[in-house]
Amino acid sequence: MIKDITIGQYFPGSSLVHRLDPRMKLGLTVMYIVMLFIAKGFLGLGVGIVFLTAAFLSSGIQLSLMTKSVKPIVPVILFTGVLNLFFVSTGEVLVSWGFIRITEDGLRTMIFMAVRIIFLICGTSLLTYTTSPIALTDAIERVLSPLRIIRFPAHEIAMIMTIALRFIPILIEETDKITSAQKARGADLESGSVLQRAKALVPILIPLFVSAFRRAEDLALAMECRCYHGGDGRTRMKQLKVGFIDWLALAVTSLFLAGVILLNIFLPL
Amino acid sequence: MGIIKTQDLSYVYGEGTPFRKVALDKVNIDIEEGELVGIIGRTGSGKSTLIQHFNGLLKATSGKVFIDGEELFSDKSRLRQIRFKVGLVFQYPEYQLFEDTVYKDIAYGPINMGLSREEVDERVKRTMSLVGLKPELMQKSPFELSGGQKRRVAIAGVMAMEPKVLILDEPTAGLDPHGRDRILNLIKEYHRQKGSTVMLVSHSMEDIAKTVNKILVMNDSRLFMYDTPERVFAKVKELDNMGLTVPQITRVFDRLRDSGIAFSDEVYSVDYAKKLVLRLLQEKRVRS
Repeated sequence: MIKDITIGQYFPGSSLVHRLDPRMKLGLTVMYIVMLFIAKGFLGLGVGIVFLTAAFLSSGIQLSLMTKSVKPIVPVILFTGVLNLFFVSTGEVLVSWGFIRITEDGLRTMIFMAVRIIFLICGTSLLTYTTSPIALTDAIERVLSPLRIIRFPAHEIAMIMTIALRFIPILIEETDKITSAQKARGADLESGSVLQRAKALVPILIPLFVSAFRRAEDLALAMECRCYHGGDGRTRMKQLKVGFIDWLALAVTSLFLAGVILLNIFLPL
Repeated sequence: MGIIKTQDLSYVYGEGTPFRKVALDKVNIDIEEGELVGIIGRTGSGKSTLIQHFNGLLKATSGKVFIDGEELFSDKSRLRQIRFKVGLVFQYPEYQLFEDTVYKDIAYGPINMGLSREEVDERVKRTMSLVGLKPELMQKSPFELSGGQKRRVAIAGVMAMEPKVLILDEPTAGLDPHGRDRILNLIKEYHRQKGSTVMLVSHSMEDIAKTVNKILVMNDSRLFMYDTPERVFAKVKELDNMGLTVPQITRVFDRLRDSGIAFSDEVYSVDYAKKLVLRLLQEKRVRS
């Protein structure tokens, strides 16, 4: 059911990838994304794929979880794929049928884009699978904190993200519960026209919103009771520390990035 | 065959993930029609998982469930009909209320069943009086009611469907003693009037002892026993080991027995205890 959603889910572990400093991991993920996007040819993309595979293998995350994270974006991949296939009109014509012309370049772009999107998702999923949401938002806060000089509310934004991430599983569970309860009262969510189905969601959405507001109020009250007053003067229980393995990971990632850049210059295939 | 029957029913949560957990392990039960059953067990013993199998909200990982002789999931299109047969009231059911009036909320289930307008109207009114909601509340918003009232509206929403089996998951959770008695009494009253099968999940032994005539004990995802309250509460030691408490009055009488006063039966209700003690005193007077 809805419990199968893996967004923002964290799988505890003690692998090398798990142990990296979240700030470093965030930075490395950005470098990886850059790698994917500056690669001009399949060779460059291949370097990115090798990088991710290595990281994935050392993380101990199951392959099935990776495929699960790709599943929801299959429609997007198909959509962009079809667009690329039909609208890129340069290169040798492979198939010509009426006004439809499929060219070699079109096919190439389609595959290239699809691979890029899939590995983009896999890479970012690996980040959330191996980093607890708390650690991740901590890292984001630290990365953004220099912006406080221009009065950017780094702490508040990080807190909002922490709370949002923290409540995703709770709200999913709640949705599941309410859905079950309404199904037990004969709610029919699976048949009927689009309009009927949308209407059938009302008995689920209203209680869900009511409970979300109730939880928000409770949480605000609980935070105030514990004297929460924003980020000023707040210290941390877990101090982040960049260690040897972090620098090592940075060095390895930089090598890969350099590899992609060199390939772009000398072998843009 | 009884109204609810399970055959080697097993259920596993999160199969194939690191969070895999066996919630039910080869459960075999056979519940007769018209029974008022209490289900007890510690948190995480599988009570809630078990009852969600009875109306097809969960599908068994292995094993079978029969409702009224019909196997669940043998025909998926029948599932909705079975849900009308087995009414399920979840924990904290007041959180499922959504309509703008009490009347409409209670009518939601019966309307889904496809009943005529007159029939729905009659059922809503009948059920409201059964659960002790005054007619003037009918046009009020359920969100304006008190906690206990909301709970009764939610329970009425399922009762109005008049299912053959009514299952309630912790219907008294979070209520004060007065609200608790009220809910338990209305469940008893419903059972008496309709004569249908009622199942009641609870943590509280006192609640169970006061209400039911059969008890189903779950322990560690397995069925420990399914029997009359006397026989269940006779196993004070085993229940203790499971982290379950027998009613206080049973404990008192257990101690009395240890100190040499012989009582014939297990005692689990205060009324019955009173009778026993009076009889014993009378016998003593006669002898002396």
